Amino acid sequence: MSERYVVAIDQGTTSTRCIVFDRRGQLVSLAQQEHKQHFPKPGWVEHDAMEIWRNVERLAPLALRRAGAGIEQVAALGIANQRETTVIWDRRTGVPIGRAIIWQDTRTDALVHELAERPGAKELEDRSGLPLATYFSGPRLRWMLDHTPGLQARAERGEVLCGTMETWLIWNLTRGAHVTDVTNASRTMLLDVRTLDWSPDALDFFGIPRAMLPEVRASIGAFGTACEAFPGVRIGAALGDQQAALFGQTCFTPGEAKCTYGTGSFLLLNTGTELVQPAHGLLSTVAYQVAGSPACYALEGSIAITGSLVQWFRDQLGLISSAPEIETLARTVTDNGGCYIVPAFSGLYAPHWRSEARGVIVGLTSYITKGHLARAVLEASAWQTREVVDAMNATSGLTLKNLKVDGGMTSDNLLMQMIADVLDVPVVRPLAVETVSLGAAYAAGLAVGYWPDLDGLRQNWHIAGQWLPAMDPSLRDTEYANWRRAVERTFDWIQPG
Amino acid sequence: MPGTVQSIERAAAILRMLAGGPGRLGLSEIARSLDLAKGTTHGILRTLQGVGFVEQDRTSGQYQLGAALLHLGTSYLDINELRSRSINWADPLAVRSGEAVRIGTVLEGQVLIVHHVFRPDDTFQTLDVGSLLPLHATALGKVLLAYRAGALKTDLSAYTRKTLHRNALTKALESIRENGWAADVEELTLGQAAVAAPIRGYGGLVIGAIGVSGPVERICDSRYAPRPHLVTSVRDAARAISREMGAARR
Repeated sequence: MSERYVVAIDQGTTSTRCIVFDRRGQLVSLAQQEHKQHFPKPGWVEHDAMEIWRNVERLAPLALRRAGAGIEQVAALGIANQRETTVIWDRRTGVPIGRAIIWQDTRTDALVHELAERPGAKELEDRSGLPLATYFSGPRLRWMLDHTPGLQARAERGEVLCGTMETWLIWNLTRGAHVTDVTNASRTMLLDVRTLDWSPDALDFFGIPRAMLPEVRASIGAFGTACEAFPGVRIGAALGDQQAALFGQTCFTPGEAKCTYGTGSFLLLNTGTELVQPAHGLLSTVAYQVAGSPACYALEGSIAITGSLVQWFRDQLGLISSAPEIETLARTVTDNGGCYIVPAFSGLYAPHWRSEARGVIVGLTSYITKGHLARAVLEASAWQTREVVDAMNATSGLTLKNLKVDGGMTSDNLLMQMIADVLDVPVVRPLAVETVSLGAAYAAGLAVGYWPDLDGLRQNWHIAGQWLPAMDPSLRDTEYANWRRAVERTFDWIQPG
Repeated sequence: MPGTVQSIERAAAILRMLAGGPGRLGLSEIARSLDLAKGTTHGILRTLQGVGFVEQDRTSGQYQLGAALLHLGTSYLDINELRSRSINWADPLAVRSGEAVRIGTVLEGQVLIVHHVFRPDDTFQTLDVGSLLPLHATALGKVLLAYRAGALKTDLSAYTRKTLHRNALTKALESIRENGWAADVEELTLGQAAVAAPIRGYGGLVIGAIGVSGPVERICDSRYAPRPHLVTSVRDAARAISREMGAARR
C-alpha cells in the first residue's frame, strides 16, 4: 500500500505555507512563501488576494516534491487561515475587487463607533458572541460596500462574492465552490453562534446582501474536491488559525486550553458544546464542528503584545541583538528588582479592553539594570497570561489544570518557567511546534477517515517539555498585586479630545 | 612571504579602518581609501557582514564594526539562540528515534545542557536544561572534545568500568573526527547509551553537539554497536541545525 499523507495550507498574515504530514502527525516537508503587506495609509493593512492564491499554486507542487510524494498519495487537504481578513471578488471573472483588508486594519474605527449607537447593536453582540470592534469582518464588509461605487447593487444581484481567506482559497481550488466553515464564520459578527447560520438580523444591521455570502459548513466534513493546485484531492477541513492550533494541540475536552505565543498571544479554552456567555473581556467563538455533530465552543482571550515586546526591546532599545538573548540577559539577575513593564502600546486587550491605556515602566530606581528590564519584559507575558486565565476560570466555571503552549516563544525556558510559576499549573510543550498547520491536517485527515477518531489523534500528541510551578505562594501573591498596580497606572493616559 | 592570503589582508585593513574611523563609513569611502575596486570591497564587506564582524546601517547603507567582533574574546555563541534555532530539528529527531534528545555546549570543562526534548512516551520526565555532564564520559562531550584545539586538560574520572582512560580516549576522539559522530555505551551510567554529532557554525567551527540517549538495548544492537538508523537521524539533525547556524551555506 502506498504511504499516504495529509497536506495543510496555513494561510497566515505574513506568509502562506504548505506542509505535508504523515500518519504520526510528523512534518514531512514544508514550502513557504511570504506575501507583500500593503500599508496605503496609517492604520490600513491590505493583502493582494490574487498574489496569495498564486503562492498556493506555486507551493503545492514544491511541498509534494520535497516530501517525495505524488498527488495520488495525498489523502486530504486542510486549510487554516488568518482570521477576519476579508475579500470581495467578481463571481464571473474571479478577479478581486480591490485588495483584501486584513484583521489588523483599523479603518472601520469611526464606522464601528457609529454602528455601536444604532438600535440593535446590543442584540448583535449577544447573537454573534463578539463585541463590536474593528477586528471583525462585518464592519469591514460594510466599509468595502460603501467605498466602491455600485458595489452594493452588484452584491444585491449576486454578481460579487465575499469571503474570508479560506473561502477565497476553496473557491479557487474547486473553481467555484463558495463555502466557509463555522469557525471563520463566527468571526464575522454575521453568524448566529447558536444556530450556526447567517443571522438575518445581523445582515440587516450591516446592510449586507445574503447573495454575496458563502454557505456555512461544519469545519470538518466536505468542502469539495480540488481541481487546481491539488487536483483530485478532497478538501476535508477549514479552520481559523487559532482554532486550528487548539485542534492541533488536541484540546478536545472542556477545560483543555492552549496558548500560542507569537508577536501577540491567543489563549483558547475548550468549553464543550455549551456556549458560554462571554464576560471579563473574553470572546465566545466556535472551536470546531464535525459534520453531523454539535459544534464545540471555546472562550478566547487575546493579548496584543507579548513577543513584540521582546522585538521592541531588541529593535527600539537595542539592548539585545536577537530575541533569544532576552533570556540570557534576564538570567543575569535573579528577580525584577521591583521593576514592571506593562506593554499597553496600543491599549490593552483581554481582560481589560482599555483603548486609552498606554505602556508604562514602573518601579525604576538607580539599582535597576538592563537585566532587570529584560526580566520585566518576560514577566509581562507571564502576568498577562495569568490575567486571561483568571478571566477564563471566572467566566467558564472550569479550572485550568495545565496550559499547553506553542509558538516561537516556547523556546524561552525562563519564560515557560515564569508562566508555570504565576499560573500555578504545569506548562506543557508538545512535540510539534507547528500546531496551526497540524490542526488543519488533523481535521482534514479525520474528515476522510485517514485518522479514525479524536482518540487516534490524541495518541500522536507527546510531551516534549514540561515546566512545573516552583514559586512561593506568598511571593506570587505579592508580585501579582504589584503587577495589577502597574496595570492601573496605564489607564486613562490618552485623554479624550 | 609565502602563504599570505590577499583578501584576508584586505579584510583586516577594512576592519582597522572601521575601528579607527569616526563612526560609519560608506562603500565608496572605504574602496577609495584602500585603493580597491568597489566590487571587491563590496564582496569583502558582504562576507564580513555574513560572519557578523561588520554591520550595515539599514537607512544610510553605511558600514560599522559588528557585534560579533566585540564578543570575539568571550564565548560568542548565545546558548538561548542555539536552542531557539535548533528546536524545529530536535523535535523530529525525538519522534524519529523514539528517544530523548539533548543539545550541549562546553562550559568550564563540562557539557552544559542547553536544550532537552523528552522521550516521546509521555512518562514523567524532568527538564535538565542547565545541568552539567562530564566531557569525556558522554557522547555529547566527546564530540565537543574531539573538535577542540589543545590537549586534554579535563578531569578524566571513571564513572563506570567502561569510562575511557586517557589513551583510549585519545584514540576515540580521532575516530570521532574521522566518522563525524560519537557514541557512549555505558561510559557514564550502566545500562545507558548515547549517540551524538557536531553542530557547526560559521566557517565550520563546532559550537555544540546534539544527541539521543536511552537504554543500551534500544540505542545499540546485540554487539553493543549503535544502531545505524539512529546514527543517521542524529547526523541529519546536526547537519540541518548547522545549516541554520550558518555553516557552509547549502
